[in-house]
Amino acid sequence: MTDAHFSVSSAAAPSAAAAPMQAARPKMAARNLEFHYNGFRALKDVNFDIAEKRVTALIGPSGCGKSTLLRVFNRIYSIYPKLEARGQVLLDGENILDPKFPLNRLRSKVGMVFQKPVPFPMSIYDNIAYGIRHHEKLSKSEMDVRVEQALTQGALWGEVKDKLKQSALGLSGGQQQRLCIARAIALRPEVILLDEPTSALDPIATGKIEQLIAELKEHFTIAIVTHNMQQAARCSDFTAFMYLGELVEFGETEMLFTKPTKKQTEDYITGRFG
Amino acid sequence: MSAVADRLYRRRSAVNAFNLVASGLCAAFGLFWLVWILWTTFRHGIAAMKPGLFTQMTPPPGSEGGLANALFGSLVMSVAAIVIGTPIGVAAGTYLAEFAKKKAIGETIRFLNDILLSAPSIVLGLFIYTLVVAPSGHFSGWAGALTLAMIVIPVVVRTTDEMLQLVPSTMREAALSLGIPQWKVTLQVLYRSALPGIVTGILLALARISGETAPLLFTALNNQYWSHDMNAPMASMPVVIFQYAMSPYESWQSLAWAGAFVVTVFVLLLSILSRAILLRNKVSHD
Repeated sequence: MTDAHFSVSSAAAPSAAAAPMQAARPKMAARNLEFHYNGFRALKDVNFDIAEKRVTALIGPSGCGKSTLLRVFNRIYSIYPKLEARGQVLLDGENILDPKFPLNRLRSKVGMVFQKPVPFPMSIYDNIAYGIRHHEKLSKSEMDVRVEQALTQGALWGEVKDKLKQSALGLSGGQQQRLCIARAIALRPEVILLDEPTSALDPIATGKIEQLIAELKEHFTIAIVTHNMQQAARCSDFTAFMYLGELVEFGETEMLFTKPTKKQTEDYITGRFG
Repeated sequence: MSAVADRLYRRRSAVNAFNLVASGLCAAFGLFWLVWILWTTFRHGIAAMKPGLFTQMTPPPGSEGGLANALFGSLVMSVAAIVIGTPIGVAAGTYLAEFAKKKAIGETIRFLNDILLSAPSIVLGLFIYTLVVAPSGHFSGWAGALTLAMIVIPVVVRTTDEMLQLVPSTMREAALSLGIPQWKVTLQVLYRSALPGIVTGILLALARISGETAPLLFTALNNQYWSHDMNAPMASMPVVIFQYAMSPYESWQSLAWAGAFVVTVFVLLLSILSRAILLRNKVSHD
């Protein structure tokens, strides 16, 4: 099991060359999305699209609702009581907020990576295989291939291939985060949500993750929440600027950072508030 | 300006020195009695140790013997109590931490559990006496094990609940966002993370019940002879120690010292073991 499956990952490569200007199909979309907890309106009438196989960045000052918005897309918010999302979130045209939409199918299609790396207390191999085992019945050799593939896509294979049976807790922070990304992509999701994936990492590890994001958008639709405006400018195709629960401005990253149409956006990206 | 700061600093040093000495003395006061108790137990206990202690039965007054039947009874009843109490306690603790968090029912159960946790063990003994011993008409090892289980359950509920709550919520979110149902996440991910803590709780519960006397007086009573029948009265270390220590016979008193020594060492080892498990886990997490 060496190079055979690499062809699988490079098969879809041509789409990567496509510039964001060219129309991309909306993969997910928020329609009149509102979010409430304890009577507080955390999201106010949010409407925007997440383009397929592109990177969409959500930026804005702390508490603006960008993480909340991201957490609606796989309904992870619903594990806590008293939180309520109203409106629609569409995945390929289907409303995932509909209680009839099967939650675990949603989460296998829309993966998530969190701010702090959270490897499970098991081996590196099992961290990747754990999710796959729940959704698919694979033989040992098929599983080996899948684990290698996920770790390769997660840009971690070279560093861990000789210690797959060791505890994942022994990896460095940056490696743990790439493991978490590999764990999410191992399920072959369609969308990956990244919630400030580099804010707990040093610049070198951050650089690796950003490079990884550029590679991953060949195969996956990516939405990333970030505090770091340079990061949004570097690695996203589209950017949404949020403020006080509202989506202030949304557009192509280059446009938003060079010619923002709203004063609030301009003030934020030039560092005048936030 | 600097004179004021100087005076302030001197005053703070004085207050600091006073409080340091006072709290140090309080610590020494508490430790003094503890060390005295341990010292006395070890001195008399080691003197009373003899080869027959673990093989011979409890003797009638005046003759020689050991504590074999009491050790065996304690072991059997404690293990039975752990076997009965652990699944119930872990299941209830899991419910509190994972399924009833921040719900009124969870808070109520947690409050009641805390009351049970600090309930005098003699009350639990009386409870099982009324519930089991009186209707069946005789004391029994099972009744003793049940009473000890009643002590185990709240300890295990509490530690399971706390240890699961210590698992970072991000780990729950990460596992759930793989599309895995909550019960599977709890069993396969969260328990793994909380296991050392839960095991420690069980060991501490075992340490606690191995010294309980009052609840066994009402339930298992005592037995002078070797008995492995859980439906009959059963001897136990604490009850034998209690009975022998109060007796006027020197051979009995010496056996009581030996017994107290054995129980103390056992509890000490359990405490060290549970600390070691927790510490090892802490190191591997960082």
